[in-house]
Amino acid sequence: MTQMNRLAGGQIDRNKTCKFTFDGKAYTGHQGDTLASALLANGVRLMGRSFKYHRPRGVLTAGSEEPNALVELRAGARQEPNTRATTAELYDGLFAKSQNRLGSLKFDLLAINDRFSNFLTAGFYYKTFMWPAAFWEKLYEPIIRNAAGLGSLSLEDDPDVYDKGFLHCDLLIIGAGPAGLMAALTAGRAGTDVILADEDFAVGGRLNSETLTIGDQSGAAWAAQAMTELRSLPNVRIMPRTTVIGAFDHGIYGAVERVSDHMHTPDAGKPRQILWRLYAKQTILAAGAIERPIAFENNDRPGIMLASALRTYANRFAVTADKRVAIFTNNDDGHRTAADLHAKGVKISAVVDVRPDAPRSMDYEVLQGEVVDTKGRLGLTFAEVKQADGNMRTLECGALGMSGGWNPNVHMTCHQRGRPVWNADIAAFVPGADLPAGMVVAGAANGDLSTAGALRGGAAAAKQALGLKGRLPTMPETEDKPINLKPFWYVEGCSRAWLDQQNDVTVKDVKLSHQEGFRSVEHLKRYTTLGMATDQGKTSNMGGLAIMAELAGKTIPEVGTTIFRPPYTPTAIGVLGGRHRGQEFHPKRLTPSHRWATEQGAIFVEVGNWLRAQWFPRKGETTWRESVDREVLATRNSVGVCDVTTLGKVDVQGTDAAAFLNKIYCNGFALLAVGKTRYGLMLREDGIAMDDGTAARLAEDHFVVTTTTANALPVYRHMEFVRQCLYPDMDVQLISTTEAWAQYAVAGPNSRNLLSKIVDQDISNDAFPFMACANITICGGLRARLFRISFSGELAYEIAVPTAYGDALMRKIMDAGAEFDVTPYGTEALGVMRIEKGHAAGNELNGTTTALNLGMGRMVSKKKDSIGSTLSEREGLNGDGQLYQVGIKPVDANDPVPAGAHLMNADGPIDAAHDQGYVTSACFSPNLGHAIAIGFLKDGANRMGETMQLVSPLTRVHVDVEITSAHFIDPEGERLRA
Amino acid sequence: MIIDHPLLGPRDAAEFTYMGDAKLIDRPDWQSDTAAQDFYEYGYLRDNPAGWHEELWFHEAGDRSWLVVTRNTVTHEISKVELARDVARAKGRSK
Amino acid sequence: MSKMRYSGFKVIKEALTGHKGWTPAWRDPEPQADYDIIIIGGGGHGLATAYYLAKEFGQKRIAVLEKGWIGGGNVGRNTTIIRSNYLLDGNEPFYEFSLKLWEGLEQDFNYNAMISQRGILNLIHSDAQRDAFIRRGNAMLLNGADAEMLTTDQIKARYPFLNTDDARFPIKGGLAQHRGGTVRHDAVAWGYARGADSRGVDIIQNCEVTGFRIENGTCLGVETSRGFIGAKKIGCAVAGSSSRLMSKADMRLPMESHVLQAFVSEGLKPVLPGVVTFGAGHFYVSQSDKGGLVFGGDLDGYNSYAQRGNLPTVEDVCEGGMAIFPAFGRARLLRMWGGIMDMSMDGSPIIDRTHIDGLYFNGGWCYGGFKATPASGFCFAHLLAKDAPHPTATAYRFNRFEKGLMIDEKGMGNQPNLH
Repeated sequence: MTQMNRLAGGQIDRNKTCKFTFDGKAYTGHQGDTLASALLANGVRLMGRSFKYHRPRGVLTAGSEEPNALVELRAGARQEPNTRATTAELYDGLFAKSQNRLGSLKFDLLAINDRFSNFLTAGFYYKTFMWPAAFWEKLYEPIIRNAAGLGSLSLEDDPDVYDKGFLHCDLLIIGAGPAGLMAALTAGRAGTDVILADEDFAVGGRLNSETLTIGDQSGAAWAAQAMTELRSLPNVRIMPRTTVIGAFDHGIYGAVERVSDHMHTPDAGKPRQILWRLYAKQTILAAGAIERPIAFENNDRPGIMLASALRTYANRFAVTADKRVAIFTNNDDGHRTAADLHAKGVKISAVVDVRPDAPRSMDYEVLQGEVVDTKGRLGLTFAEVKQADGNMRTLECGALGMSGGWNPNVHMTCHQRGRPVWNADIAAFVPGADLPAGMVVAGAANGDLSTAGALRGGAAAAKQALGLKGRLPTMPETEDKPINLKPFWYVEGCSRAWLDQQNDVTVKDVKLSHQEGFRSVEHLKRYTTLGMATDQGKTSNMGGLAIMAELAGKTIPEVGTTIFRPPYTPTAIGVLGGRHRGQEFHPKRLTPSHRWATEQGAIFVEVGNWLRAQWFPRKGETTWRESVDREVLATRNSVGVCDVTTLGKVDVQGTDAAAFLNKIYCNGFALLAVGKTRYGLMLREDGIAMDDGTAARLAEDHFVVTTTTANALPVYRHMEFVRQCLYPDMDVQLISTTEAWAQYAVAGPNSRNLLSKIVDQDISNDAFPFMACANITICGGLRARLFRISFSGELAYEIAVPTAYGDALMRKIMDAGAEFDVTPYGTEALGVMRIEKGHAAGNELNGTTTALNLGMGRMVSKKKDSIGSTLSEREGLNGDGQLYQVGIKPVDANDPVPAGAHLMNADGPIDAAHDQGYVTSACFSPNLGHAIAIGFLKDGANRMGETMQLVSPLTRVHVDVEITSAHFIDPEGERLRA
Repeated sequence: MIIDHPLLGPRDAAEFTYMGDAKLIDRPDWQSDTAAQDFYEYGYLRDNPAGWHEELWFHEAGDRSWLVVTRNTVTHEISKVELARDVARAKGRSK
Repeated sequence: MSKMRYSGFKVIKEALTGHKGWTPAWRDPEPQADYDIIIIGGGGHGLATAYYLAKEFGQKRIAVLEKGWIGGGNVGRNTTIIRSNYLLDGNEPFYEFSLKLWEGLEQDFNYNAMISQRGILNLIHSDAQRDAFIRRGNAMLLNGADAEMLTTDQIKARYPFLNTDDARFPIKGGLAQHRGGTVRHDAVAWGYARGADSRGVDIIQNCEVTGFRIENGTCLGVETSRGFIGAKKIGCAVAGSSSRLMSKADMRLPMESHVLQAFVSEGLKPVLPGVVTFGAGHFYVSQSDKGGLVFGGDLDGYNSYAQRGNLPTVEDVCEGGMAIFPAFGRARLLRMWGGIMDMSMDGSPIIDRTHIDGLYFNGGWCYGGFKATPASGFCFAHLLAKDAPHPTATAYRFNRFEKGLMIDEKGMGNQPNLH
């Protein structure tokens, strides 16, 4: 029999049949169904298992607050654990499995936990599993972990694409029920830019679940008509399937649009979901309310659900959970469910109402009393009723609707730490006064539970949000009744009565928590896990609070709520990541010679977001060392070229440019001649070295400053801080030109010969000596800059051209240098040569080293004020025993001297207490034929020639080394002045 | 958060880089007798109020202005945004 | 006070007799007029301090004052990681001491805090990062901690779904500390509270300190929402609110308060055996015993006392997660929250006397506070009881900034949001 529980009517499209499978069994449903409604239509009530006791679970709700009916939707890499069957739209070919079971859903072996529930009470695990200590990780925890968790990930890469977008509006309306629609109509007609977002695929909210009328049409028809009008308004954007997940500062809301989740796979070129950042001047929260259950013994069997959910299934989806239905209520709303189901031909076993003045019915029996227990192993079969007169009744029913009142959806009002307030009329928390700025609440979310109240509230909220004057328009006639609720939270004497159905928190657990002193609402939550399930307490918290209040002799508002946190409903991590994954995680910055280097077969390395050539392998070279050694030797013997564009460049101009550099560098720049370059060391204000580089004075009022690649951004930011915040009247302008100029280092004894072929001007040693700089032209007129600076220690230049010419210049250099066998070198060879020369770089400028540590203590001028100069004088940064940059070489030339190794005295113990220093940078020097390193050693300046132990227990290295000068090559600097 | 840039209008705070208390504008005099103590307090001690806080933000992905933003550290409400250069001048900083 | 021992036998006995024998884990005493020692702050550090004062240092007449509910600060809102993989001399011995205390803690305080040494792995993405991690791993080993360098293949064997094929920043190895792991964070507060209470410590909740009574440079007690309470010594352990509290003693501290967001996914069957930290993005993750992926990243970056953050950081963290674990895309973020960090000027904490006699301070934990809980409590108790710093905490002094003796693991200098 197919769709045995399908009723007449509803908003499903009976012309479109969808085939689907659940746990391997084939079923059919219709477009417009959810997985939950389709399963119910097919007589399937059992859809899951609870977290701890593995109790059988069916749907509790018909919405996103569902704690029970969680399934693994889809297969393979698209498998989604914990998907709520109540919101999963049915599509043809849908595939779903139940989860959190060992064996089949009907015969879950872990259901044994339920037999031992008396041992597995709240917090039992804090009191045991402590002996023997080693057993926790090895035995107890693995068992607990494997039993815990809910659904499973496929562990395959998510194949879908996610997008991010930004939208701005005057008015964001969250929720498209009666209040939201009326607000949208009011604002839309006034010409306001409106975004109307609703998590559901059908707009209308509860109007789709009810049989009530608005004016002379059904609520659902009124909603459809409103939609038609809104669609015609160009200033209104309607976003169904869009959940607003959080209210962030200054009117920024996060929202997730499920673009393709209602399809088998996303259409080509379409994302699965989009994360929208919504910038709203005003917001109306019209998120409705959620009905709450009642706690009674065994209230968790499949078939027991919210009365409003039964109504939604019947009216919207044309489904009844069973042919016989009972209702347990404390208010008039429960009777509405009975009436609607009865009208659809469902047998109402009885309505059980706790109120003595319950409305009577001609159609079915109304009992004054309470449901005290239920039966049915995998689904409800009978409900036991204790009547007010003391008589017991057994009701035969396969579904039982619970109606305990309604909780307004105040979540978003509390995302900025606002607190809800108690409304005794409806016995529920409603939004407080401390709403996020720009937010107005309307309709059921505001505690206005009638349809007429929602329409009025929506219109009034729109007027308030937009500052519109005038009276509210006349509202259409509709239902306007109070729900006449008598607060009723749990049945006296119940024990295994579920509050949190997913996490298996019962009334008994709350009582135990109180007994053990966990009495704050936060302690209750954390000790029992009440409200920590995937619904975050939407259906469970109020019951727990009410019981806690009673035990503590307090009122519910005195007990208070836990904190509402985003996201409103669980949100795929994928959509929060967007397209930032794989190679697109971070943008790539490519150097001007990148294309050329790619043609050469260069190996690239990530340097921040840059990709730089690391080395250029040649045919026959089998290891990176072969290539690097060749590049180093070729450079030192003839000439090499390296792209150094990534170094930060800052143009400094103005009559106070030199005075400004005097502030940012610890050494002096005021007297630097035009046409000269100087090494500069920049300190942070705390006296620690921040960065180093060069400043070239191209004119009296024009410098070009270079920074290290890594610090290009922070140094520029720092310079702007000094300029704007500390010396606002200095005549100096800064601009970062890192990407405006392509810059190449040309190094080696033949570098001048090579560049002479390109540069239009005389660059002989006399005309262009060491540390010279100039604006020049090349190739017969192209503007360029030339700096005679050297990182390698060789005769060397850096030549810069506008970036557009970078590729051409590299090719030109290679052409012109062919006669010198010019060799391109990458960052590895660059590193080797700077270590051979003893130049500090990022590993040495590690944010904890001072000028003194770097062997540049005397550079810090005492004659002027510069950033960091005062604090660099603190006692802890000076005096004996400071670290000092030294060179390190192995005693046995075959030994390594690895970076990260620590230095110990020759015959001393090897431990932290006797640590003498550490290696920062190391390499094999092809010029010296052995490994070399630089590092920091306590009192290192006075320990040249000392033999020490170098240890790296992590990488199992222990060798003898000799401390030397860090200048391994050409210590007198003759080459670079040649 | 949204910062209402005095020149550019409202901008997402994600465009900015945060530095800290705007008192960092008040860099001490290096020649004062108490310079060592002054720089220690300037560099290291903060009021760190729970409430209104004048603080420095840099429009890194924008026009590279340093701004002084008056923001409440409890509610994140922003009441005033000024160019740091103007604030610095008003405090008597010059060259 | 309860002297009840927890054990498996006790659980079984109570289950069979209707759970009537369980008593409150701690009392709810009225404050006395005065105490020998008052600890302000009923978080992990404050409760641990009280516990060790009573248990290890023979102190009596101790009270812990908590303005809300115990365990409600950062011990109740962190990402539960413990480790001792620090670099610098001032830190590593302290955090290793802490890790050793964690290792025996459950038996010591008779509470199962689910301390799980499932290992922590820091991924390496560049040669410079490898050099730095080798230096750090060596520092750990030289201090008696454990560390191991793993190759990419070894990492892949343990985390086969890690993105090693298409990563923007390739994984070039990792530094592992196998003794690191996770702990059930709330249980730490409760275990210390119960242990302290059973040794006579008065834990007084809903008691907010509104001021200090200081006369002639000596602190005589505290004004509270429940009246004046006198004490010979007062220890402040209110990280996140340190500046607010100490301003009542006219102190300015070397720190800013910043919000750090944290995240948990819906429950999932086990996927992650240990803790993984993504060194080129801003992301770290572990999986709780309950099945949730617990993850986080950087600070939002601006001063805040709001215990909540904003979307850009949420997205940044999830981008990092998707970059290395693209299989997590279909797991859902369940909840996000924010904790307020005392971000100190060098990224390291302070456990020290103040310039006011009788007033002691513990704070500035940045985001290292949770893993430090046992050692912080022990060392603060040592300081309070003996008026001398514990040997592993000698560097955590107020005056280190004045003297230039910063303990700056990250090398970021005096800008708190960068630590």
